[in-house]
Amino acid sequence: MKKIHYREWGIESPRYWGLLAVLAAIVAVGGFATLYMEHEGHWVTGMTNQIVWGTPHVFAIFLIVAASGALNVASIGSVFGQKMYKPLARLSALMAITLLAGGLIVLVLDLGQPSRLIVAMTTYNFKSIFAWNIYLYVGFLAIVVVYLFTMMERKANEYSHGVGVFAFVWRLALTTGTGSIFGFLVARQGYDAAIMAPMFIIMSFAYGLALYLLVLMFTFNTDERPLGDLVLRRLKNLLGVFVAAIFYFTVVYHLTNLYGTENHAFEAFILRDGGVYTWTFWIGWVLLGMLAPMGILFHPALGMQRGAITIAALLVVLGGLSAIYVIVIGGQAFPLNMFPDHTIIESGYYDGVNGLARHYSPSLPEFLLGLGGFALALLATFIGVRLLQFLPASLADEVADPHHAK
Amino acid sequence: MSQPTDQPTDQRRRDFLAGAGAAAATVVAPGVFLNSVASAAPRDTAVTDDVRYGMLIDTAKCADGCSDCVTACEKENGLDQLLKPEGASDEIWDMQRPRWIREVKLRNNLTGRVTSLPMMCQHCEHPPCVDVCPTGASFRRADGIVMVDRHTCIGCRYCMMACPYNARSFIHENVRFKITAAPRGKGCVESCNLCVQRRDNGGTTTACQDACQQGAIVFGDLKDPNSAVSQAMARYPTVQIRADLKLNTGVRYTDV
Repeated sequence: MKKIHYREWGIESPRYWGLLAVLAAIVAVGGFATLYMEHEGHWVTGMTNQIVWGTPHVFAIFLIVAASGALNVASIGSVFGQKMYKPLARLSALMAITLLAGGLIVLVLDLGQPSRLIVAMTTYNFKSIFAWNIYLYVGFLAIVVVYLFTMMERKANEYSHGVGVFAFVWRLALTTGTGSIFGFLVARQGYDAAIMAPMFIIMSFAYGLALYLLVLMFTFNTDERPLGDLVLRRLKNLLGVFVAAIFYFTVVYHLTNLYGTENHAFEAFILRDGGVYTWTFWIGWVLLGMLAPMGILFHPALGMQRGAITIAALLVVLGGLSAIYVIVIGGQAFPLNMFPDHTIIESGYYDGVNGLARHYSPSLPEFLLGLGGFALALLATFIGVRLLQFLPASLADEVADPHHAK
Repeated sequence: MSQPTDQPTDQRRRDFLAGAGAAAATVVAPGVFLNSVASAAPRDTAVTDDVRYGMLIDTAKCADGCSDCVTACEKENGLDQLLKPEGASDEIWDMQRPRWIREVKLRNNLTGRVTSLPMMCQHCEHPPCVDVCPTGASFRRADGIVMVDRHTCIGCRYCMMACPYNARSFIHENVRFKITAAPRGKGCVESCNLCVQRRDNGGTTTACQDACQQGAIVFGDLKDPNSAVSQAMARYPTVQIRADLKLNTGVRYTDV
């Protein structure tokens, strides 16, 4: 295997600045949407006292989950010693940082009192998984920065394995923490399941890798860097395996729910009667998010076409947003089961009269805030690869394949 | 050059000083005075767990279609002061405006028996809202009242996700009018606090209890065997809502 050289992103200046301008504009629009929501209050959003977490949370959770997953590529290289992944590691760590930053900023800006972030950073209730998550997220950022340093500074290279192992363990804890936000909610039918934590971990593997693949292919394409089939085939097969794993967890989650009679009403809601949530589950989460990408990625001919791989990765992202939407919003829309054996026939507070789901229609400012987080993550990534040497100069087969030079 | 000493007194200056002194006294004195009154009241001693406040709701007495408790709560806690923001749709605003207590009507799926009851924060001994709150703003007082510290609430709404009773409300709008007893601000969560302002000023009832003409709500100290609520609980079989969660609620119901 040849020595790996890294080079800054060489896209021509006008295109680079144009790209930054577009992303910055989306970030700015998200910023204005936030100012509007914070100035007026949350009544301008679709969120209510029944659906308390809305579209911003879908984007934020997706980005946070994807962030920990994006680091996987680096982990495979330094923790599991797969040489082919080594040159891919720097971008992977960079994206772990930028995606997490994008997700966290959306989460924080949706708070009722974002100015009290300092309270959240100084006053803790350690029984809350949210409080733990503050440490897990901030710690993750710090560890990945150190990890990046050990990869990029030659004198620190020897520590890269150790730090990489630590970062890998930490990212597992982080995603467990994110999944547990839902897993620990005993009151709600759709959550309160231990499987949430491992399911979120496997989701993070796929969503992070899908975004990584998209950024890798885009940056390599735009400055005409060689990206060999070997690397691409490895990554796309890995993505296919991760998506298959999500499929497995999705099936197990719903089958275990279906076994217990107490969860039948919830399962009927998600799988059959839930209207927009049922559609989002079957079309978004299952068909577009899992079956279609698996079909493309494992197809002998399609799976080797770059356009098809791009579409598959985009579908995984879309499926991921759908999955988080069904989990976060669908889980809240299903009414609380306060009175077993009874039907609520009247209520002064939307308690699910006659089993009716709670209403939520996403508003434009919420969506723009979420999109702003996405744009911010990409903006920071593109600035990073332009300024520093994150991208390998070539991933051509003879460079990337450890056996090629033998 | 020496100053002349025989100038006439500047009366306007004296008037001003006298007026300013009077104004200062008017502003400061009530603060000093009220402060001393307040410290004479029980609120200068820490809340203890010698008492546990709770309620019994006798649903057999709760009248169908009556909402006196709801109206009284909204007045007592200033919820009736909140205005629908200009441009908000009636339908959505109704889901966004805060409510601390509400009427719920149930039908038994097997027998068809219909029950009416008020639902509010159940003041759990082990409140999920307190467990999940990242900053500890959602807390349980030693006397059993579960409430929100509005100074440390960051508005994340995780407590609302965790509450099994849909008891909490988020303030979705700018607050223009509020009453002293119930301060509130945009972007924080709140819920029934068993009229905590009455507790801290020596009151013995809640607004909903006072308003219920049927006597369906009995409030008091669950630890005192002689309190009306303990006596009533000893007399009737009572249930907790979602007893399966083992939260040991401070609000109990009969006849559900």
